[in-house]
Amino acid sequence: MADEAPLKPVSQPDELTEPFFAAGAEGRLLVAVCTSCGAMRLPTSATCPDCLAEGVEWQDVSGKGTVHTFAIMHRRYHPAWEPDLPYNIAVVELDEGPRLPANIIGVENDEISVGMPVEVVWEREGEAPVPRFRPIT
Amino acid sequence: MGRIYGKSSTDFAVDAVRLAIADSGLKKSEIDGLLINAGITGNTGGGVSLQLQNALGMGNLRLLNHMNAAGSTAAQMVQYAALAIDAGMVNHVVCVFADAPLREGGSAGAAYSGSGRGGATRRDPTGILGLSAGAGHFGANTSYALAAQRHMALYGTTQDQLGAVAVAERSWATMNPHATMRDPLTLEQYHASRWIVEPLHLLDCCLVSNGAVAVIVSSAERAKEMAQPPVYIWGMGQGHPGDSRHAGDFPETETGARIAAETVFGMAGVGPEDIDICELYDCYTYTVVVTLEDYGFCKKGEGGPFVEDGKLGPGGSLPTNTGGGQLSAYYMWGMTPLSEAVIQTRGQGGERQVKKHDLVLATGNGGALNYHASLVLSPHAN
Repeated sequence: MADEAPLKPVSQPDELTEPFFAAGAEGRLLVAVCTSCGAMRLPTSATCPDCLAEGVEWQDVSGKGTVHTFAIMHRRYHPAWEPDLPYNIAVVELDEGPRLPANIIGVENDEISVGMPVEVVWEREGEAPVPRFRPIT
Repeated sequence: MGRIYGKSSTDFAVDAVRLAIADSGLKKSEIDGLLINAGITGNTGGGVSLQLQNALGMGNLRLLNHMNAAGSTAAQMVQYAALAIDAGMVNHVVCVFADAPLREGGSAGAAYSGSGRGGATRRDPTGILGLSAGAGHFGANTSYALAAQRHMALYGTTQDQLGAVAVAERSWATMNPHATMRDPLTLEQYHASRWIVEPLHLLDCCLVSNGAVAVIVSSAERAKEMAQPPVYIWGMGQGHPGDSRHAGDFPETETGARIAAETVFGMAGVGPEDIDICELYDCYTYTVVVTLEDYGFCKKGEGGPFVEDGKLGPGGSLPTNTGGGQLSAYYMWGMTPLSEAVIQTRGQGGERQVKKHDLVLATGNGGALNYHASLVLSPHAN
């Protein structure tokens, strides 16, 4: 096993985000809605940063959005990503509002632009679902 | 400061405190306050700690803390020291930053991203925040590249304009004997430097340095009797949007500098038009552009054209980062702009001294434009 290729680090579900990743495994994108104030978010803490209440309901969203910003990685920071250099990383703003980081696929790096319409594609790294986005043509 | 090896953070800190005390003309026994800021080694290991008090043999302190609001800490230490002195708690406070992330033969990137220590991520990413690492986002270079790209797309900011910041700062560094990078730089050389995270070239990114800087804060009354010309604090401000990723969001093109500007200029009773010299936190060229906008030196979105004509360099209308900054001189977090601000305010900049130095703005920025603090300094009592 000594020459086994290194694996890309992939985000694992925690207690809070288990529904997000479970839906992703089925190809669906969910966001959390605060049951107290209705604010929509991709939650990074159990409590709502708007009203500080606990409790979320997960809701299906369109999976469509636009490229808010992006960058091209040219340097090796992790051995598993080396074959992909130079690769892109974007922040996608969903049509419903929340933003998330993701790679843009199905397009050359120099064709990506801020404001470009994109839609989610759930891919797999090993077993783990990873949200990526492709241009809407 | 710089590529200096074989010393710990604490060793560097003791050196800096000894030099600062000697410079001031105070006796060590008169120092009764100590504020400490560890650099990246505060997170990665080996950072300067409260143990520094013992290494300095200061057993009768009236004020002591180990502070961390990232790159905004240096200005904050001076602010809290000033408040405590004004309240009568303490007389003379040493504020010290120290760091020693560089290893001989190791790269600057390895020192910061952790890639020299067996992988960029030290633990498995989880949840929504883990999506960044899952998409191959590693370290501050990526965060600032994303921020700069957004600015470029919204306002048409160009690579030439970012490069103008790097070139101007290098011009200053050629006159600073403490600077690490002292060879003149052309815009062509800037463009030829390799991509780190596009749109950031190598020469858009700050250095990584070992070393320490210490500043002593005293009352205006006592400062008059000391060995150096006093530097008066006219204004103090902070502004902290926080790490917006934790709110499920990502930074826009306005930073904490905008909030800090209201406070610091309000307290000083001055505006950007009154500032003679800027010493701005410049972890990246882009940071300088966006900070100038948020302090109102130009309108939002006009930072690119504002810097492009060379006004930040020697002989320009807004001398900025006159020691070469973090891009070309040394990376001591917020102590890089603060120390140069003190030197210029005192009029001790030697070859690079700016003639008119009545009001100097010194800023600190931390995280990915998440935390901000600043001071307006003057050789004149307010």
